[in-house]
Amino acid sequence: MLTPLHIIFYIFATVAVCSAIVVVTVRNPVKSVLSLVLTFFSMAGIWMILRAEFLSLILILVYVGAVMTLFLFVVMMLNIDIEDKRPGFVRYLPFGVIVVLLLIGLMVIAVGPQYFGLNQMPVPQAEPANYSNIRHLGETLYTDYAYPFEIAGVLLLAAIVAAIALTHRPPTRRKVQNPAAQIAVRPEDRVRLINMPPEPKQKGT
Amino acid sequence: MPSLTEFLTLAAFLFGLGIAGIILNRKNIIVLLMSIELLLLSVNTNFIAFSYFLSNYTGQVFVFFVLTVAASEAAIGLAILMVLYRKRATIEVQQLDALKG
Repeated sequence: MLTPLHIIFYIFATVAVCSAIVVVTVRNPVKSVLSLVLTFFSMAGIWMILRAEFLSLILILVYVGAVMTLFLFVVMMLNIDIEDKRPGFVRYLPFGVIVVLLLIGLMVIAVGPQYFGLNQMPVPQAEPANYSNIRHLGETLYTDYAYPFEIAGVLLLAAIVAAIALTHRPPTRRKVQNPAAQIAVRPEDRVRLINMPPEPKQKGT
Repeated sequence: MPSLTEFLTLAAFLFGLGIAGIILNRKNIIVLLMSIELLLLSVNTNFIAFSYFLSNYTGQVFVFFVLTVAASEAAIGLAILMVLYRKRATIEVQQLDALKG
């Protein structure tokens, strides 16, 4: 029973997994960021299949539009030598592959079809035509989760302040006035009175 | 409609690839941060899949918060990376051994 939704799901899933493999194996960080963008796009398609339209669009707008652009800016601003051999990649490869295969195998067994198949977890009924995902999400968010929502706002503010405070250079290269030093100056620091005898005017000048 | 198992399996594969990125990558920290983004993406997919199959919106609200925290984490992480690059002129993981760990 292969519905068109199945085919769309498997196309998106294949693209997501392949581009995720590219993210962790490719040497050039710019290509890595771009394939991560591809992963996000295909996972947004998967989320759209799961009727999470708002979060799917947020994933594209916020993640691809803002966070990945930030990554690209940082990758381009840093001067990274990509031609260098990757130390430790071959050394850690067997260990990493074994650990990851064990992890994936364990999780695939744990979520097998005898636990989460269509018989155990049937597909919910289709929503009516005027169904709005954003409306339900907003109702839940602004009633039950209003306080965590406010905390999330404070968290974003703290992140802004922290990011600016970390990367802001102090004004060492600019010539700026220092009002405190200007006010605290004393006359004896600036004017020096010298007691010297008067010199007679020479003749002929 | 694909079953919940297929969505969870896809998320498990993405999670494993994120772990692989963290283990294998010794060259630069940016790919490490991107692996963390992959992990968060797979966890979010799990939340949304369960939210759909259980008809409960709490999972989607939680994904919203995870996205918020992940965005601020990426911003602060990249800011720390910039400061580190100014000080040390490298972002290799193995050369960042000032703590002698």
